[in-house]
Amino acid sequence: MAVLSVRQKLEILADAAKYDASCASSGTSKRDSASGKKGGIGSTEGMGICHAYAPDGRCISLLKILLTNSCIFDCHYCINRRSSDVRRARFTVREVVDLTLSFYRRNYIEGLFLSSGIIRSSDYTMEQLVEVARSLREDHDFRGYIHLKTIPDADPELARQAGLYADRLSINVELPTEQGLKRLAPEKHGGRIETAMADMRSAIEDGSDARRRYRHAPRFAPAGQSTQMIVGADGADDRAIIGRASRLYDRHRLRRVYYSAFSPIPSPSSVLPLKRPPLMREHRLYQSDWMMRFYGYSANELDSATDPDTGCLPLDIDPKLAWALRHREGFPVDVNRAPREMLLRVPGLGVKAVDRIVASRRHRRLRLDDVGRLTSSIAKLRPFLVASDWRPGQLTDRVDLRRLLTPPPAQLELFQ
Amino acid sequence: MYRGRLSAPDDFEGWREVARAFALAGVDPADIMWTAGPDESDLFATDLPPPPPSGSGGFSVPRPFLNLAESAILHRDPERFALLYALLLRVRERPGRLEDKADPLLRRVEMLASAVRRDIHKMRAFVRFRELEDETGPRYVAWFEPDHHIVRVNASFFMRRFASMHWSILTPELSIHWDGETLTEGPGASAQDAPADDPVEQIWKSYYASIFNPARLKIGAMLSEMPRKYWRNLPEAALIPELVAGAQAREAAMIAAPAKPPARPSNATATWAALREEAMGCTRCPLYRDTTQTVFGEGPIDAPLLFIGEQPGDQEDLAGRPFVGPAGQLFDRALEEAGIDRRQTYVTNAVKHFKHERRGKRRIHQTPETPEIQACRWWLTQELDLLQPRIIVALGATAARSLLGKTVTIGRTRGTPIALESGAQGWVTVHPSFLLRMPDEARKAKERQRFVSELKEIGERMRNLA
Repeated sequence: MAVLSVRQKLEILADAAKYDASCASSGTSKRDSASGKKGGIGSTEGMGICHAYAPDGRCISLLKILLTNSCIFDCHYCINRRSSDVRRARFTVREVVDLTLSFYRRNYIEGLFLSSGIIRSSDYTMEQLVEVARSLREDHDFRGYIHLKTIPDADPELARQAGLYADRLSINVELPTEQGLKRLAPEKHGGRIETAMADMRSAIEDGSDARRRYRHAPRFAPAGQSTQMIVGADGADDRAIIGRASRLYDRHRLRRVYYSAFSPIPSPSSVLPLKRPPLMREHRLYQSDWMMRFYGYSANELDSATDPDTGCLPLDIDPKLAWALRHREGFPVDVNRAPREMLLRVPGLGVKAVDRIVASRRHRRLRLDDVGRLTSSIAKLRPFLVASDWRPGQLTDRVDLRRLLTPPPAQLELFQ
Repeated sequence: MYRGRLSAPDDFEGWREVARAFALAGVDPADIMWTAGPDESDLFATDLPPPPPSGSGGFSVPRPFLNLAESAILHRDPERFALLYALLLRVRERPGRLEDKADPLLRRVEMLASAVRRDIHKMRAFVRFRELEDETGPRYVAWFEPDHHIVRVNASFFMRRFASMHWSILTPELSIHWDGETLTEGPGASAQDAPADDPVEQIWKSYYASIFNPARLKIGAMLSEMPRKYWRNLPEAALIPELVAGAQAREAAMIAAPAKPPARPSNATATWAALREEAMGCTRCPLYRDTTQTVFGEGPIDAPLLFIGEQPGDQEDLAGRPFVGPAGQLFDRALEEAGIDRRQTYVTNAVKHFKHERRGKRRIHQTPETPEIQACRWWLTQELDLLQPRIIVALGATAARSLLGKTVTIGRTRGTPIALESGAQGWVTVHPSFLLRMPDEARKAKERQRFVSELKEIGERMRNLA
């Protein structure tokens, strides 16, 4: 086999990593290279930075690559599975370290997101990942962001070391249902994945506990752990996916659950559904995720936002609007009186707008155009809100309300 | 008329001092002409008196106001000084005003501040350094064009991040340089003052192209976060047009391609077994709770003829196989009379769990409704995609609904083939249990005859297709 240049390897190993949705660089501890020991490079300031956006709309914040795309596993949804005829490449530890630093110095990235196919054994692969992180931190005093993908079957001691160097660790649950995992990733075990996540949770909690008592206790994965589920490759409907995500948040204190619409990969395995799910489905799941994390909805409540027939969230309207249309008895709410948690359920009002409303109504009775100044658009919220000069009257209960509020298809790509 | 003179467009401390003096003297916002920097002197303003001396007096305003003003003052809008002064007077009078987010003046100032914060953030994101080698070692130089007067305030971010590097950021208004020890300022520069290239950019562009997933194109999402105005200083943005064109061509090719299904996978049998296994644990609708098992379809994977029934009945539920009860036996005999060998057909159901109602010890069949049909359609679709039969026959209304995605009247649909999207030929006829339930023997015989003759016609078509 011809020797590949770093650039050729990067093409193969970035291509192989692009099916992982996560690229976040936020939520870690604050640090920089101006204080402390001299000669280091890098900083993290809580908020992540997206240094570029690809035409697929995804943020590029980290150098997201695999150490190698060779793999002894044969997961059907994965382009790197053993039986795939994709071109293989492998970086050395040194190459990844150098690439990360040279991108970082030019301000292309916030740091590194390193994952890998399983080569030789889980332990061996994990050792290599940890060695990259160690070298960046210890040999180069790198203070940027590091996200390591953890291998569930590896020695827990390796996961512990990984947590000392990395900001975030993640283990992918891969598929929302156990049956799906059995069909599509026969060598992975749902039970072992969840055990590894539970271990990770206690290590993270012990770490922050120790920090509270001893200021110099080492930090353990300060940006917590996350996971990813593939949507549309198995028979799980949105209700099942939302339920699974909610249990994962509760059980393992995850920072984020990422949803990745199964996208047809070159040389797909025949065990996969031949059609890809609409991208909008993934977007709606992210919206439902936000509703759970920031808007106070429980997974059970979100069930009623899904279509009773298909168990999926509607694609043409957002889940918050779908929920409100099903619970019209609770609307309209009075913008001047309703508690914050009720305002958060009004379609079209985001967290920031609600906070502005709550602050300003101490000083004035809000009219509809006051509300209009506090949020981006009032089109969606008019049927659900009472202001000092506005009552929706019959509008809230009109049978064709859903149709009135459904945006024309061309606007579906817009984010809230 | 007074003159409020500031040393630079981002001179917050200067504004604070001048504004305090005006406020103490009770000067009306409309009576002040604000100027910033020596270049912005105004012909008329030069003759105006400066603010009255502030003396020792003072007053305090809430900290959030200062934070807001510190950001808003960096906006390029020439009205910002006057707007902030007007807001200052109001907040001085009533500090709670700052909470009244619906107040138009406050809202406007907040919009200025948020535009500035966004610009600060975008500079941190989109500055691209190019490496140079000079006598002191490597040096990193960037050219950037901010929207607002944010360079000075943003310098500390780059100092914290790149403390050990030597770097310069050149902008049209101001240049900043860091030598690892101190920050110095220089005059504005132009794009030509920055290095023209850096070999690492080629590698970065390869990365950008490879991490892009052409199966998903969301140009709107990209543009809202990375508007075109930044593109000219981002090396990777040069690739966007060709990446988008490539992805669109790919999409167009997929649409233009005839709707012919891909060849049946070589390991279809294993796939079918895995699919059946997964369906065994299906909980997509609540029917699984009161049944013995999922009843999946059965028959050869390469069967050219596929029958869809309604749902398993009592006996099918216990046996785990479709069409084994009374209706199944009638169906078998009808097939035989029509000259079709059931062993060469694939038989499945629209709904794969037995929907029933318990009356005493008996389980009475209940017709599945739309939610169950929809939930179960996923499995049927997988079976159809995998088997790719030439002819698909829907037995009864439930099967027809699942196959065609809409409700049809059997009487009007039966007897003529329907061209399906997959390229297969679809037929709709009655369900065998319809014949079983008919009380009138004469009509029953007639209907049965009609059913068999339809099956005969289907059998003939199949032989012709083969």
